[in-house]
Amino acid sequence: MRKISGFHGGIHPAQNKAQSSQTPIVFTGIPPQLVFPLSQHIGSAARPVVSVGQRVLKGQVIAEPVGFVSVPVHASTSGTVRAIEERVIAHPSGHAAPCIVLTSDGADEWVEHSGVADYRSLSPGALLERIRGAGIAGMGGAGFPAAVKLALQPGKKIDTLIINGTECEPYITADDRLMRERAAQVIQGAQILAYLVAPGETLVGVEDDKPESLAALRAAAAGSAIEIVEIPTKYPSGGEKQLVEILTGRQVPSGGLPADIGVICQNVGTAAAVYQAIIHGRPLISRITTVTGAAVRAPGNFDVLLGTPMHFLLERAGWDPGDRQRVIMGGPMMGFTVASLEAPVVKTTNCLLAPTATELPTPPPAQACIRCGMCAQVCPASLLPQQLFWFAQGREFDKLEQHNLFDCIECGACSWVCPSNIPLVQYYRASKAEIVHLRRDSDKAEHSRLRFEARQERLAREEQEKEAKRAARREAAQQRAKQAHEGSGTEEDPIQAAIERARAKQAEAQQGAPDAAQAAIERARQARDDRASEAPRDQARLQLEKAQQRLRVAQAKLAECRQSDAADQVIEALEASIARLTEKVTAAQRQLDAAQEA
Amino acid sequence: MGLLRITSPHAHGPQHTPRVMQKVLLATLPGIVVLTHFFGFGTVVNILWGSVVALLCETLALRLRGRSPGFYLRDCSALVTAFLLGIALPPYAPWWLVAVGIASAILLAKHLYGGLGYNPFNPAMAGYVILLISFPVQMTAWAPPRGAGDIPGLLQALQACFTPDAFDGSTMATPLDLLKQNDSLLLQELWAQSPQFGRWAGIGWEWANLAFLAGGLWLLQQRVFSWHAPLAMLASLSLLAGIFYDGGGSASGGSPLFHLLSGATMLGAFFIVTDPVTSAVSVRGRLIYGAMIGALVYIIRVRGNYPDAVAFAVLIMNFAAPFIDHYTQPRTYGHQRSEGRE
Repeated sequence: MRKISGFHGGIHPAQNKAQSSQTPIVFTGIPPQLVFPLSQHIGSAARPVVSVGQRVLKGQVIAEPVGFVSVPVHASTSGTVRAIEERVIAHPSGHAAPCIVLTSDGADEWVEHSGVADYRSLSPGALLERIRGAGIAGMGGAGFPAAVKLALQPGKKIDTLIINGTECEPYITADDRLMRERAAQVIQGAQILAYLVAPGETLVGVEDDKPESLAALRAAAAGSAIEIVEIPTKYPSGGEKQLVEILTGRQVPSGGLPADIGVICQNVGTAAAVYQAIIHGRPLISRITTVTGAAVRAPGNFDVLLGTPMHFLLERAGWDPGDRQRVIMGGPMMGFTVASLEAPVVKTTNCLLAPTATELPTPPPAQACIRCGMCAQVCPASLLPQQLFWFAQGREFDKLEQHNLFDCIECGACSWVCPSNIPLVQYYRASKAEIVHLRRDSDKAEHSRLRFEARQERLAREEQEKEAKRAARREAAQQRAKQAHEGSGTEEDPIQAAIERARAKQAEAQQGAPDAAQAAIERARQARDDRASEAPRDQARLQLEKAQQRLRVAQAKLAECRQSDAADQVIEALEASIARLTEKVTAAQRQLDAAQEA
Repeated sequence: MGLLRITSPHAHGPQHTPRVMQKVLLATLPGIVVLTHFFGFGTVVNILWGSVVALLCETLALRLRGRSPGFYLRDCSALVTAFLLGIALPPYAPWWLVAVGIASAILLAKHLYGGLGYNPFNPAMAGYVILLISFPVQMTAWAPPRGAGDIPGLLQALQACFTPDAFDGSTMATPLDLLKQNDSLLLQELWAQSPQFGRWAGIGWEWANLAFLAGGLWLLQQRVFSWHAPLAMLASLSLLAGIFYDGGGSASGGSPLFHLLSGATMLGAFFIVTDPVTSAVSVRGRLIYGAMIGALVYIIRVRGNYPDAVAFAVLIMNFAAPFIDHYTQPRTYGHQRSEGRE
């Protein structure tokens, strides 16, 4: 028996899973119109590769990834591209985003596709490419592209692969039904992932309130190296960091990834999607979504095509809305209310919860915080939520960061227990956003300052150089005039001579040179020589300045990326370009030196 | 159709602040019953009159601060203050003593600092200390327990409160007073000489303390507070009493059991030290906070000028709570050690 570690805090909210977990998964059908947001994952949005009016087939790529942290989008049924435009998407802010709108033709005609019966015949690189090409992005809710997680960093050894079948959020049973009905797919997907990652052990973590899932997985995994681990039911044990601690006893370092301690975590839905992608060559075009809550007559789980409008799905479940109806995408702890039911089901839509007002009442007005500390007792990140609340109210951002606000996973346990109904998570979200905003502003200001200073420096330098040239020309002209004067042999002008003497004295006082005139002649000579070689030298200097400028910009960008925790790939790319630019600067400097010598 | 937009979490647990306060009020009842049985209706009158004053003061303060009294009175926190101070005051205290104490607690110690949740000092204890310093004679006049003197009836209790000049009640030193004043007798002799002593501590006191302990254990079972601060307080008090027990000689500070069942020990441990607003917040912080209160209670009882010490000990540690919090921030998930130290 595996040793299970606990994690700090956690709560036991009413599960409410039985409403939707009793009936088999039902295929929703093909809606007349589907909407595909170009960004259904963390990272950069995909770029459309179809045009309006074009006919597309089921499984066809309609938008391709841009950059490393990105995945393609596929049509989930055959039909005609109706529009590429902004549509309301499922997002906490309820904003609109670029989408591809498809009118289905009902034929549901597949694009040509093929899988590989023996995934071992493929190299890990080829497998990874197929997973990425299938558009698989973390299906647990965050939507992190699976291939990015699986792309091993050199030097990082993975000892544990965790398949997350915890599903700790109340109401949601999508993973439960998936594990019960398609355990073999989950296990085979896990085996493919294990082949790819080559970990010491592969664990599937499932809470002990899903005995059927546990039994199905155990049967499917019999004889394989995959271990099914039963863990105690407690929210939020399905949080990636919490599950890692439960199963390995290790904590993911703050600001780091599980891979930093040799762990990779994938959802059971992702494992099943990987199985579909590799064995059958089918991209991720549908998912299992729980539709539940007392405002639907027939709660259950639905196999739904991505892009299906939410109202289509709700109607399939017997949608019976009340006044002031709430529709939550996700669970009651971390889900967000959707702004419009026109928004489509996307890769991260694990649940649509339509509660009645009595089932999940609107929160009463908040009372005073009595610092009871229940929030600190349940916080899975071991934070002090009541202190954070205090600082958030006072906008004490330094204190918030000092008390590790950014380690808050927004699980909502603190708000759930708060006897005074204080919307704590909302305070933290707002403060986080504000701090990020302030950081960006200060980075921007710093960037502008650097640019301004560089410009000032350049202008001052140019002015100095010009001044030096002017002075040299003046001296040369005077010298020539003097020579001409002497050459002509006319009588000496006493006034002119006095002026000359005074000037010489002045120059002597200013420069401290023993012989100012001699120096002036030297400078004039230099200037004449310089003029001869001015063209190549100026060009070299221009090049050097350009290269220096680009290097400064790249360095500033790198600093910005480091501050904002950009992806490693971005930082690496920037570092590479900085190295390149540094080389360029040195080369330009060398050229300039050469030009100057010449 | 318009959809309702609310931020997560959408579900909420069963705890509610008014219910927490009501449970605290309920948990004081066994102690009040025992006190009434042994000392008469003085405590009940204190509590009832105190509650009236507390609600009036709370309403006044809320109105002055522009808050809706209807909403904020519902949190029952003013009643908790009235109950705790009413229990702590000597029975048969004159009406003005109760009124001054409650008004100080609610207006000065609570609302001047911003109301519930913002008060650095426990209001009931602040009110108690203000009275103890200002009116030491009235505050140390404790009624004799049943068996050691006459117990006034309800009517007499009301009379004592509202027409104090006409009331002629007897008073008697409490066991803690006796122990403090004693410098020549062995504990055994002291026990034999004074009628106030019972089996383990004072008559009445020991049962009242056990009743408050029972109420406290019920609150613990109801998860109204955690065990850390009360247990730490009782443990450190017992430890010090044990170390300086001195075999019950004339220099003895009293046995651990005597200290546990005397004065306001259990009331303090389960109803005052557990006041979340004014205590330290982290688990380690609450252990330190409770243990320090226990130690201070012993030191003040045995070495200080006042016979009982819970109020002073609590106020002193109220001062220290933010300091303790600063140094006991728990280690956040994924961090090497707790941060925020400078």
